[in-house]
Amino acid sequence: MSWTQVSYLYDGSLAGFLTCVFEAYTHREEPADFTPFHQACASFYAQRSIETDQAKAQRVYRSLEGKLGKTGKDWLLRGFLTCLPDRELWLWRFLRLGYQRGPGFTRDLTNPAVCQIHKAVLALNSEAHQFTGFVRFSQLEGVLVGTITPKNRVLPLLRLHFCSRLPQEQFLLYDKAHREALVHTPGKWAILPMEDFQMGQADQEELAYRKMWRSFYHTISIEGRYNPRCRMTHMPKRYWGDMTEFAPPEQEALEE
Amino acid sequence: MELLQKLEILADAAKYDAACTSSGLSRSGRPGTIGSTTAGGCCHSFSADGRCISLLKVLMTNVCVYDCQYCVNRRSNDLPRAAFTPRELCELTMGFYRRNYIEGLFLSSAVLRDPDYTTERMIQCLRLLREEYRFGGYIHAKAIPGADPILTRQLGLLADRLSVNIELPSAQSLALLAPDKKKQAILAPMKQIRDGITVSKQELKVYRHAPRFAPAGQSTQMIVGATGESDRQILALTQGLYRTYRLKRVFYSAYMPVSNSPLLPAPQGFQPPLLREHRLYQADWLLRFYHFQAEEILDENQPNLDPRLDPKCGWALRHLEHFPVEVNRADYETLLRVPGIGVKSARRILAARRFGPLNFQGLKQLGVVLKRAQYFITCSGRMERGLRVNPDGLLRHLVALEAPNLAQPEPEQLSLFSTGGAS
Repeated sequence: MSWTQVSYLYDGSLAGFLTCVFEAYTHREEPADFTPFHQACASFYAQRSIETDQAKAQRVYRSLEGKLGKTGKDWLLRGFLTCLPDRELWLWRFLRLGYQRGPGFTRDLTNPAVCQIHKAVLALNSEAHQFTGFVRFSQLEGVLVGTITPKNRVLPLLRLHFCSRLPQEQFLLYDKAHREALVHTPGKWAILPMEDFQMGQADQEELAYRKMWRSFYHTISIEGRYNPRCRMTHMPKRYWGDMTEFAPPEQEALEE
Repeated sequence: MELLQKLEILADAAKYDAACTSSGLSRSGRPGTIGSTTAGGCCHSFSADGRCISLLKVLMTNVCVYDCQYCVNRRSNDLPRAAFTPRELCELTMGFYRRNYIEGLFLSSAVLRDPDYTTERMIQCLRLLREEYRFGGYIHAKAIPGADPILTRQLGLLADRLSVNIELPSAQSLALLAPDKKKQAILAPMKQIRDGITVSKQELKVYRHAPRFAPAGQSTQMIVGATGESDRQILALTQGLYRTYRLKRVFYSAYMPVSNSPLLPAPQGFQPPLLREHRLYQADWLLRFYHFQAEEILDENQPNLDPRLDPKCGWALRHLEHFPVEVNRADYETLLRVPGIGVKSARRILAARRFGPLNFQGLKQLGVVLKRAQYFITCSGRMERGLRVNPDGLLRHLVALEAPNLAQPEPEQLSLFSTGGAS
């Protein structure tokens, strides 16, 4: 008994994806691919456009913990934030497998669907962990402002860390790759889409701290142990662009 | 003196300390305070030598009354000297911390006047940071040997981790190179800290708000390569420290030539033993996470680690009777002994094989690195296809695998018309 293959168009949100899952099961359809509305193009399969329905999404969401177990639910939700190619399709396969086999299926790491999701989630987690360290804030008019360029959507994972660490601060962390921002004021936070963001001018105090940090960074390394490959292993160059210690100092001299 | 200059001098003076970890304690942030810590620690940057920068590692002052031969801050060394005031250091820490440059403060100090006075100044700074600035981030403080136990206790109540440097791997070396420091004076605070931690843990079980004494444990470090101890002695000492003093970590620091003293290796042409340090760390991991004993890793016949191979490979080659290991049956302990299989891989193998027999393809999917492991395992009774190695060739194969990862000397450009050849 095979289900008809259908290409789904949806709004790209998690609720939208869960609605698709609901629709697939009710109409006994096998999704051939998932495409967000704004990337829609002609498809080999019959296309169906799915309107996000919170009630249906909620029903699927509520089923996750019981059917997939805690780990399965966690991987599914995190999996949605990853940059895995065809991520919705892999998540769909993962979900179906979980519905068929029940909690514990996440330990079957040689299964292709579990393996793919597991690897993608590990990459997401490790990137988020690295960003908890590599984020650099600048203090501009009392607000801490930082930008990052991650591969995965790490902001929801960074939210907990930074909101707990800096409960009294106002801060804004902008994700340049996915064009969204984490905004926090004491007691409140939000992750908002933001098309563009430019960092303002730094004042004297901020410049002084940047200068001191750069100077500390260069002083602390021991010349006799110079090992650039080791540094790149731990901190690949893709992170360097947003980090204060690698920003050229001339830029500040001009501003001063 | 400007703050920037002080920072440069005092960071430069602190950089030879190997420890820069922020792990061992999980504390979430609370309203009204700033800062949190995570159990796994967090690296905020990596310096050009590849070492992690997690904490703002500085000395309170580099003015020292001691004259330890191996130390860059010794009294007889001609260096610019500086000292932070507690207020300056707090402002600096908070400024860096809010910008997410650092995970906390690593506060050490040269001995100014005497150990008590030095410790008092450190306590003053940490108290200001904790109580006035309400800093909840990580603080690693160095206990100064010879300070009054009451002061060490106060330091431990403010800091998350304490460390006392054992400096050199034997009492003889210590007497030779650091005449002002005595073995007993170093071990006494270590013992005090160990007991303080035990008592504090028990009290916390009874009273939730009991004071926390060094909740992230204690660590130590020793300099490797300045004196003649063998790796075997060093590992035995390490194991003793882990067992007797319940340390979280022992750090090794390859000796950097900072002195012309006739007691130390001559700085001209001296290569710091970085590879040896690396192998010692690998052996240290075997002690802590792989259920190895120091006596298994090295014995009388082999007092030093083989620089060409990691210590686990070395052990496996000497104990081929344990191999090959059947991946689908072996227990966790046995899997951990296979070169190339670590804690994570072993756990994944245990989880995945409940669903069916694993083959080499499956192992690759799990993320098990087969580069070394393939020589030591079978899947359902079979070795990897096409792999034919006799015990004699095994060493050659493993060394060849490791060779590209080892630092090679930079190839030198030869020149026919070299002029500066003599320099």
